[in-house]
Amino acid sequence: MHEYSIVAALVERVEAEAALQGARVVRRLKVQIGEAAGVEVELLRSAYELFRAGTLCAGAELEIESVPVLWACSCCGALPERGGVLRCPSCALPLSMVRGDDLTLRQIEMEV
Amino acid sequence: MCDSCGCGDPEIVTVEIQERILAGNARTAAHNREHFAAHGVLAVNLMGSPGSGKTALIEATARAYAARGEAPRIGALSGDLDTDLDGERLRAAGIPALTITTGSACHLDAKLVHQALHRMRDWHDLDILFIENVGNLVCPAVYDLGQTVNVVALSVTEGADKPLKYPVIFRVADAVALTKIDLLPHLPEVDLDQIARALARTMPEPRSFAISARDGSGVPAWIDWLEAKRVKAPVISVRALAEASHGH
Repeated sequence: MHEYSIVAALVERVEAEAALQGARVVRRLKVQIGEAAGVEVELLRSAYELFRAGTLCAGAELEIESVPVLWACSCCGALPERGGVLRCPSCALPLSMVRGDDLTLRQIEMEV
Repeated sequence: MCDSCGCGDPEIVTVEIQERILAGNARTAAHNREHFAAHGVLAVNLMGSPGSGKTALIEATARAYAARGEAPRIGALSGDLDTDLDGERLRAAGIPALTITTGSACHLDAKLVHQALHRMRDWHDLDILFIENVGNLVCPAVYDLGQTVNVVALSVTEGADKPLKYPVIFRVADAVALTKIDLLPHLPEVDLDQIARALARTMPEPRSFAISARDGSGVPAWIDWLEAKRVKAPVISVRALAEASHGH
């Protein structure tokens, strides 16, 4: 599905960085995938396997850290019960998602 | 190449990036957002399953405004894998519409919208631009298009557990259009309270409009919400207009 276009964006960014550093080979990518980011980790891995052939990332290991979701009240900091209504039990304000909805490229390891 | 001892072994360099993978899309989306704000266009990213009633909702919106004697200029960008069928339908209803054919892509992205704006004459003069996304409850949620608001169309025939099965798209929704309510007499098992409870578990600020595009029920309240969103659009300075129109 859209995991393929996410891999394309990832590899493009990595290749740009490699060009900046004068790198010939990329060894490892470290990414963080939020559990609520709308991306399926295993599909991302499959898309990566397909996409990396013939690119600078052909031999690069993809390390994926999954980030769990955290909802909290931005006013009083209270945490909700899992699967419950997304309102603060104390303030009755709507909760905010503190973590878990991002897709981040953290680090690239390259050979120069 | 190792510089210290000339051994010829490659040197390993680790670079900290800490960037969003979709930063490129986010930049184009911000650019689109500036354009919309500069011209006072309320851009609605309208998402939902195939057949959830997105196109019908746009048609019903235009009819309801006309019935009120109000005529905000409404236009649409219609995203589909193939055909111009939705675009044709909308134009036949008097709504200027441009189709974005994605080929195999299951979602619109900011770049496709940006390119479409270049092709759509006079979008600057619109008051409301509906961006009808590809029918899909998974992928569109991930891509910022530069919209002012996100709306998810959910028809009563789809089942009350949809929000729980597809939490990401409902979480990013500013409002849910609960469509096809004229079918409720044929759907005794559908419980609107159950749907409301599912939305409360996936949307921090649940907001939904029970609508029938066919008979118009519920559309006035939906239009009131759109009007409130239009009024809140920022006042544009001459400088902002100049900056937003660079070379376009």
